[in-house]
Amino acid sequence: MAELTLREAVASAIAQEMERDPMVFFIGEDVAKAGGVFKTTVGLFDRFGPDRVRDTPISEQAIVGAAMGAAMTGLRPIVEIMFSDFLGVCWDMVANEIAKAHFMSGGQVSLPLVIRTANGGGTRFGAQHSQSVENWAMSVPGLKVVAPSSPADVKGLLAAAIRDPDPVVFFEPKSLYGIRGEVPDGEHVDRLGTAKVLRDGADCTIVALGAMVPRAVAAAAELEGDSISATVIDVRSLVPLDTKTILREVTRTGWLITVEENPRLCGWGAEIASIVAQESFDDLDGPIVRITTPHVPLAAADQLEDAAIPSVDRIIATVKAKMRRRQT
Amino acid sequence: MNRTAKDPEGVFDEQRRLRLYRVMLELRNFEQRAHELFLENLVRGTSHLATGQEAIAAGYAVAMRADDYTFCTYRGHGHTVARGASMSATMAELLGRANGLMRGKGGSMHLTDVTHGVMGSYAIVGAHLPIAAGAAWSAQARKSGQVAVCFFGDGTTNIGSFHEALNLAAVWKLPVVFVCENNQYMEYTPIRSVTAVEHPAADRAAAYGLEAILVDGNDADLMYETALRTLDKARTGAGPTLVEAVTYRHGGHSRSDPASYRPDAEVRDWLSRDPLPRYRERLLARGVQEMVLREIEDQAQQKVDQATREARDGSPAPVSEIERDVWSDGGSAWRN
Repeated sequence: MAELTLREAVASAIAQEMERDPMVFFIGEDVAKAGGVFKTTVGLFDRFGPDRVRDTPISEQAIVGAAMGAAMTGLRPIVEIMFSDFLGVCWDMVANEIAKAHFMSGGQVSLPLVIRTANGGGTRFGAQHSQSVENWAMSVPGLKVVAPSSPADVKGLLAAAIRDPDPVVFFEPKSLYGIRGEVPDGEHVDRLGTAKVLRDGADCTIVALGAMVPRAVAAAAELEGDSISATVIDVRSLVPLDTKTILREVTRTGWLITVEENPRLCGWGAEIASIVAQESFDDLDGPIVRITTPHVPLAAADQLEDAAIPSVDRIIATVKAKMRRRQT
Repeated sequence: MNRTAKDPEGVFDEQRRLRLYRVMLELRNFEQRAHELFLENLVRGTSHLATGQEAIAAGYAVAMRADDYTFCTYRGHGHTVARGASMSATMAELLGRANGLMRGKGGSMHLTDVTHGVMGSYAIVGAHLPIAAGAAWSAQARKSGQVAVCFFGDGTTNIGSFHEALNLAAVWKLPVVFVCENNQYMEYTPIRSVTAVEHPAADRAAAYGLEAILVDGNDADLMYETALRTLDKARTGAGPTLVEAVTYRHGGHSRSDPASYRPDAEVRDWLSRDPLPRYRERLLARGVQEMVLREIEDQAQQKVDQATREARDGSPAPVSEIERDVWSDGGSAWRN
């Protein structure tokens, strides 16, 4: 096992797949010679050359549109949208064109492409460079939506996304680009649509995604000291969604807590809460709890951003309050 | 108006000319039949007819290689049929039948026939220009020699993706031909009243280092010659072209539009420049026998009649289609 940072895992996955399949190409703003503004694609240009790793103009519609045209005619393009907030600039391509082409063409056209993007807050960039927008993509039929939280999962799931025959929007937690983790040696390919149980506990199930995963894990470790034993699930993939794993753990523990970086309304946790309420209501020992960013744009200042996004302390306090009620 | 076309001998043999006439006739008949089926309430939703604009579709389709790519707009019946898509399957798609091109899942605005290079009809103005550039990028990367041809209306020249696509195509020297069908109206509004330049596409070409090409879009020979030249340029690695073909929509924007906003004199003037009678006269003047043209006209009529029968006879697309083909595995599952 090699230890990689999460940003190195991105480049490692792309290199692995470009090596394997000559139809894999990679384009985006500042991704080639500069290695990406987050340095997630360092070395790819030198290794694979200007035909396969290309800088584009600041033209999100052209970048994503070109990927679509290329994917329907034989390439397997990967594109980078520098900040996930910029998906708004090319949302027609993502939601109206890419998501619908296979269906509307009666299956004639397939789009094996990946849109990678740096998602979420924690960097004090303000409301236009910090949003957690995975629920935008989740709401559109025809898109697969993946949001890993560790270097190993980034590598394995990005490789799986590149090999997938359908379009995948791949959200990378930008505040975690620097974290380190063990990544299996040799070829590493994971499976889309699979959640991961990171921690086994008997009392409640905390379901988290992206940058909220390490916070949920840290909170669970501290809750242990308060005699609350929490299961933590990393959802990893919103579409397809591994409801089996989530329902199984919630059924076993009787409590569901979601930890979501997105603003409150229509966050992915709402869908999971609805599924659990509809299909596992009798197994619940108390109300489902969603811990989210409030329904506000993110502010830039350190203390304001920190207060908005769910923190380890907020997770602990919320879970304790609920579980205390359970004991009385 | 046209700055480039000549009509060199050798490029046009009689068979080529007759083919242009045949294709234009087939498109005209198809659009007229689509309109009639609308009035019968058999074609549902909306439809956007390209009656009057046939010379552009025919000129390019006759000049294109079988494996070249076509990208159309929602006004795309003609471009689809011109590439060789089955007329019955196209008509059946308009009628929502199981034997439609996309089994009723796309309808009039989204005609797609990949086996004939028709890579889709796009109903969001401008979206398909970057997509066509992407297909051209793919052809360039695979060194396949294919060219992507992207047809769009004058209204498209004022949306961002037009400019993004042209810039990217020029910078990457992509084998793509962008063909603006300037039919004078963006939906209901005269294009000149909402555009900063006189020629909405040609006057923008310089911004991307491209030649300004303005051509009479109602002249099938000129369109064919322009197609040959621009396809050849793309195929030989010399990069993209932006063509502005000036034409006129005989009808309204869509089925619900009687086009009463157009001055009568303007309509009369353009009807006198209808590409079909004009081309017929030219063929006769070149010595083609009336009998030969009559035969082509009869065959074109029979073809659309047969397509109509086959479309009408098709069974309605089954309801099971709604959950098919969201994903490449044929299904629509989003959870386990």
